[in-house]
Amino acid sequence: MNKTTEIQEEVTIKFAGDSGDGMQLTGTLFTDNTALSGSDLATFPDFPAEIRAPQGTLAGVSGFQLHFGSREILTPGDEYDVLVAMNAAALKSNLGRMNPGSTIIVNTDGFDKKNLRLAKYEDGHNPLEDGSLDGFEVLEMQVTKLTRESLIDAPLSTKEKDLCKNMFVLGFLYWRYNRQMDSTIEFLSAKFGRKPEILEANITALKAGYHYGETTEEFTTRYNVKAAPLEKGTYRNVMGNEALVIGLITAAQKAGIPLFYGSYPITPASDVLHGLARYKHFGVRTFQAEDEIAAICAAIGAAYGGNLAVTGTSGPGMALKTEAMGLALMLELPLVICDIQRGGPSTGLPTKTEQSDLLQALYGRNGESPMPVLSASSPADCFEAALEASRIALQHMTPVILLSDGYIANGAEPWKFPKAKDIPEIEVAFKKAPENGEPFLPYGRDERYVREWAVPGTKGLAHRIGGLEKQAGTGEVSYDPANHEYMVKIREAKVEKIADFIPEQKLSAGPEKGRALFLGWGSTYGVIKSVVQDMLEEGYMVAHAHLRHLRPFPRNLKALLDNYETIIIPEINNGQLSKVIREKFLREVVPYNKIQGVPITKAELSDFAKQVLEG
Amino acid sequence: MSTTNGTIQLTAKDFATDQDVRWCPGCGDYSILKQVQTVFAELGLDRDQVAIISGIGCSSRFPYYMETYGMHSIHGRAPAVASGLKIANPGLHVWVITGDGDGLSIGGNHLLHLLRRNFNVNVLLFNNQIYGLTKGQYSPTSEEYKITKSTPLGSLDHPVNPLAFALGAEGSFVARSMDRDPKHLKEMLRRCHEHIGTSFLEVYQNCNIFNDGAFFPFTDKDTKPETAIFLEHGQPLRFGKNMEKGIRLDCFRPQVVDLENDGYSPGDLWIHDETDICKAHMLSRFFDVPAQHKPSYLPRPFGVLYAAERPCYEDQLYGQLKQAVGQKGEGSLDGLLAGTTTWEIS
Repeated sequence: MNKTTEIQEEVTIKFAGDSGDGMQLTGTLFTDNTALSGSDLATFPDFPAEIRAPQGTLAGVSGFQLHFGSREILTPGDEYDVLVAMNAAALKSNLGRMNPGSTIIVNTDGFDKKNLRLAKYEDGHNPLEDGSLDGFEVLEMQVTKLTRESLIDAPLSTKEKDLCKNMFVLGFLYWRYNRQMDSTIEFLSAKFGRKPEILEANITALKAGYHYGETTEEFTTRYNVKAAPLEKGTYRNVMGNEALVIGLITAAQKAGIPLFYGSYPITPASDVLHGLARYKHFGVRTFQAEDEIAAICAAIGAAYGGNLAVTGTSGPGMALKTEAMGLALMLELPLVICDIQRGGPSTGLPTKTEQSDLLQALYGRNGESPMPVLSASSPADCFEAALEASRIALQHMTPVILLSDGYIANGAEPWKFPKAKDIPEIEVAFKKAPENGEPFLPYGRDERYVREWAVPGTKGLAHRIGGLEKQAGTGEVSYDPANHEYMVKIREAKVEKIADFIPEQKLSAGPEKGRALFLGWGSTYGVIKSVVQDMLEEGYMVAHAHLRHLRPFPRNLKALLDNYETIIIPEINNGQLSKVIREKFLREVVPYNKIQGVPITKAELSDFAKQVLEG
Repeated sequence: MSTTNGTIQLTAKDFATDQDVRWCPGCGDYSILKQVQTVFAELGLDRDQVAIISGIGCSSRFPYYMETYGMHSIHGRAPAVASGLKIANPGLHVWVITGDGDGLSIGGNHLLHLLRRNFNVNVLLFNNQIYGLTKGQYSPTSEEYKITKSTPLGSLDHPVNPLAFALGAEGSFVARSMDRDPKHLKEMLRRCHEHIGTSFLEVYQNCNIFNDGAFFPFTDKDTKPETAIFLEHGQPLRFGKNMEKGIRLDCFRPQVVDLENDGYSPGDLWIHDETDICKAHMLSRFFDVPAQHKPSYLPRPFGVLYAAERPCYEDQLYGQLKQAVGQKGEGSLDGLLAGTTTWEIS
């Protein structure tokens, strides 16, 4: 029969199923395959906090969202063009975000009485039969049955066969989007190499899904999404936490010192620990500590010992680490503290994203305790952010907080990665034995107010440091009132001085003067930039600036803000950067806050901004 | 410094800093400081190769008085700091100085994990059974019903037994000494240094301001012979003014016997074996309070209860670093940046 191929510019697919259905893997494999096809893309995994939430329920739905296209893709997409629903609950919880006329691929085997009841459909109602899906293109497949049939001869239990049904779906999508399957087969071979029957079954199911699309008359159209006009070069796909891992290792290599990572497992930061633990051949020392406090304290010990010391956590762990952060600040030792933010307060929403630790990072310690704070703005940007945080910590002898969040930590995008030789070295100077009998001043400072790094074991530099107030210069314990005030001021001046060693704030889009500036930080980069690009096309005089440095701010920030009548600050929190900007620059801003554990969508931000500008 | 045979021999004074020591006059800490400085000199330690890490409390001021590297960190966390430092520089001699509150209350968790991981560090826990720096609240080692500022009707806490804790935490070296027996204390410090793995030494230390005499029954020369027993590897357990008493095992029950009147000879007694973990646990339970005058009173043991070799965390960590290089080769930064799958946009 004749099958036609349609060209599409961009597509948003949502994979949704039970948390045991393997949707994260399916999504990841489809993403990797998409990246190889040259499209630009952005992803957003969304899964329940429970490892295996009750099967078939709405609470147990695990989703993976992928937006790809032949143009620049900055967000994972507001609404879905294609939904893969493995059961009734997956359909119900995602239907609200389907574009009109979009496609729903359903596993009809996931719509039996039990599944419908668990998804809280009223007795006797089946959305596949009651007309509620009119207006959508619904592709029904008995995925469970078809997978079992394709594996009829496989020496596996029914349960094991059912685990392959995500591969059947993946195969079908590869057919639908005209893809090669080699990369997935390679991946499966590596994953199941030691279990040949399982490997064989997964490949069989994958191919069965592909052939099902090809041979069944029901499916007449295939789609092609062409390569995006990305900058020339070599690309890879990268997730935020992965880019952070690579960035930290790169920083240590460029500084010529070992990397120490102390951490305690916490969502969504654990993957940084897992990632770094795999790179022992780079000399990476990972230490899974007994708690968050031990994790940062061990890092402080390693920093004292001359390593690039890093600790990573999320909001609740940040709260636990605060006293030790104060110690690192008092000791004036380099330390990078990565906070992969999630919904708070307290345990909050462990698997949902939020930007609500900004004030904690800036102010959440006892005493006058200034600390540089940086943020990463996209999955690939975590690499640059990690390098920059490490550079500041090492060269300015200070703890530094790096803010990422669940959205970019688990999200992925293509990354035009650099060559090692093109990445600048990070110069680190350890204090050497004093010459000519000069006394060593542990708290002596250079013109940047930075003290020297004197590592235990160095001849002639034996000295004591600690959390008690220091006498300027000698570093001895001092209760002198004037000295304390001096030290408070100098610690602040040291952090503020960093502004001279960071780039000026640039615009990501828009004119240098205009009606409104969108000011953002962290994971809202993609959505703000794409809203601003669209509004510029529509004739609005708007621009976008995205902050890497939240303390100190870039030195030109005030002047830059003064070039716009209105400052719009979109954040996934209750207005934290807005507070800081108002306080710092005494100027009114317009906050746009969403606190629902999910990213801001283009549509809602664009609607809000237009209302502000026209209202 | 004195020069003998062309090498520089440091003295105890060379390990003292120019800082005024600010413990209360008469504090047991002075004796411990002096013995540590003396032993470090006798061991010929290089001051630049020693790091002393403490938490918070009276004892934790220790680093300021030692002419070595040192860090006065935060309350209870010295074991964690020491772990990180030891990973960064395994060659350092790292000593953790802590107290009963710092090490067993706020920092109990970290002490537990330091001991089981078996980093090659030495922990000196100064036990004075009171909170001194905060002026006299009961501590986790204070006796039951102790009347203090925070417990006017008596503390309801059952005290922790530090040596039983250390053994329970899989400590590979567990010992006890006292501030008022310099010779014994020096010997124990030396043993701590020599042990490869985490050495845990509890030192009974008198706080003459808030808990004066807490350990006098064990340290006073009139009562000590009856209340304390000094352990020596390979030797029978004997005590008393004239070593006339001993401890034998009646099946699994330790029993005090009178060698002069009960018809037992030293050969019948429990022979101390530092490497026997079961017996070490038993010895740690010799925890009777002299003032209670129990007829079955077992004397409080001093010395090394347990010492055994077990691989150190940092050695194994470096082993894994080497193993990883052996398996995968030295990491290549370009390989790391590129990952497994790349594509070209041309």
